Amino acid sequence: MKPAAFDYVRAESLDEALEVLRNEGSDARIIAGGQSLMPILNMRLAKPRVLVDIMRLEELRKIEPRRGRIAVGAAVRQAELLEWPSLDRELNLLSLTLPWTGHVQTRSRGTICGSIAHADPSAELPLALLALGGEIVLRSAKKRRRVAARDFFRGVMTTDRNDDELIEAVEFPATDGGRCGFREVARRHGDFAIVACAAVAIDHRVRLAVGGVADMPVAREFDVLEGSALDDALNGFAWDLDARDDFHATARYRRDLVRMIGRELIAEVTR
Amino acid sequence: MTRMSAERCHRIRFTLNGEAVDRTCEPRMLLTDFIRHEIGATGTHVGCEHGVCGACTVAIDGRPARACLTLALQVEGCEVRTVESLADRQGRLGVLQSAFRRHYALQCGFCTPGILVSLDALFARHPEANETEIRDVLTGHLCRCTGYAPIIRAALEAAADLRGKASREAVDA
Repeated sequence: MKPAAFDYVRAESLDEALEVLRNEGSDARIIAGGQSLMPILNMRLAKPRVLVDIMRLEELRKIEPRRGRIAVGAAVRQAELLEWPSLDRELNLLSLTLPWTGHVQTRSRGTICGSIAHADPSAELPLALLALGGEIVLRSAKKRRRVAARDFFRGVMTTDRNDDELIEAVEFPATDGGRCGFREVARRHGDFAIVACAAVAIDHRVRLAVGGVADMPVAREFDVLEGSALDDALNGFAWDLDARDDFHATARYRRDLVRMIGRELIAEVTR
Repeated sequence: MTRMSAERCHRIRFTLNGEAVDRTCEPRMLLTDFIRHEIGATGTHVGCEHGVCGACTVAIDGRPARACLTLALQVEGCEVRTVESLADRQGRLGVLQSAFRRHYALQCGFCTPGILVSLDALFARHPEANETEIRDVLTGHLCRCTGYAPIIRAALEAAADLRGKASREAVDA
């Protein structure tokens, strides 16, 4: 349980980090908080030739409102966003979600963007970003591009990021005190979710996002918000997620949770 | 650009329990192994080595963190505290450790150093921490023999003792 050998670059500028990625592509890995990457390295599921530490880059340490969105830089730790004074007002979904993201001992190091880049299908942060309709800002030595969360997550720990790109920031649309809800069922508080759901009220509709069931978080908008029509719509959603049995729970149990939690959350955010 | 080669040892400087550390290590060395094998401070335990059990928890710049998920080179310039910082130089147990002893909050003791460091960091930041917050911190630790109930009792008593001590000091001053 020790990582294989790698070179280590403590990047002193973003250009330096991008240069390593341009030259070495998939042989290079960005390390920020390391809370997703280090277990993979310790178990030797990955053996990168070089790690690029981006945590000394001040330009990536910012949380800033930009045109109705909150941009969170790649070096912002989860604990720092949780302590951001405007979180309750600007991003209330994240003040509900972040306490469920790992444990206090991992949030102290782990970053927001690192969890998005890792793209675990049970993770809370990709779910929250999708539920809010956020964007990922990718940067390579050649260009900067933006990808919507719904196009970014491609499968289990697979994303739209190219080997020469890093996530510079993610942008969450500000909820501005709008109605949001979050529920999760896990073995222990702080463990990866068996099922996690986030709901956001948008005009007369609700966007419900589900994590832990499919290979990536999936969102669907509901415009019928009560009665048996809602039950049918939630049931359809639960089946479309293609749940599977695993060590933690059966597919049937996961579908049940989607139907029950989905219904509770939709009621909660439209009350 | 400084690229630290995999095969070589590189300089690393940080503060460990108030004392300056200035040594070298390979890039792949985990903070757990650096503290235990290079420094020889074996209070920090190694359990799962993938961030689940919490036995290796140390405080980095005042926040509890998994030393097994941290490279030694990542703590360059940081202040690191381990369980060894809780007792005084004469080996007298700290307030939190004494409460653990009184409440039988350890049996085998394997998970204890990590739990002590997490709780110490909690009380330093939030002296008013209540049972809910203590339980939340403990979700990051696995204990397989003592059971959590005595650990929570010890933590609550230590928190009250620490607050009392702080207010007495304020009056004395």
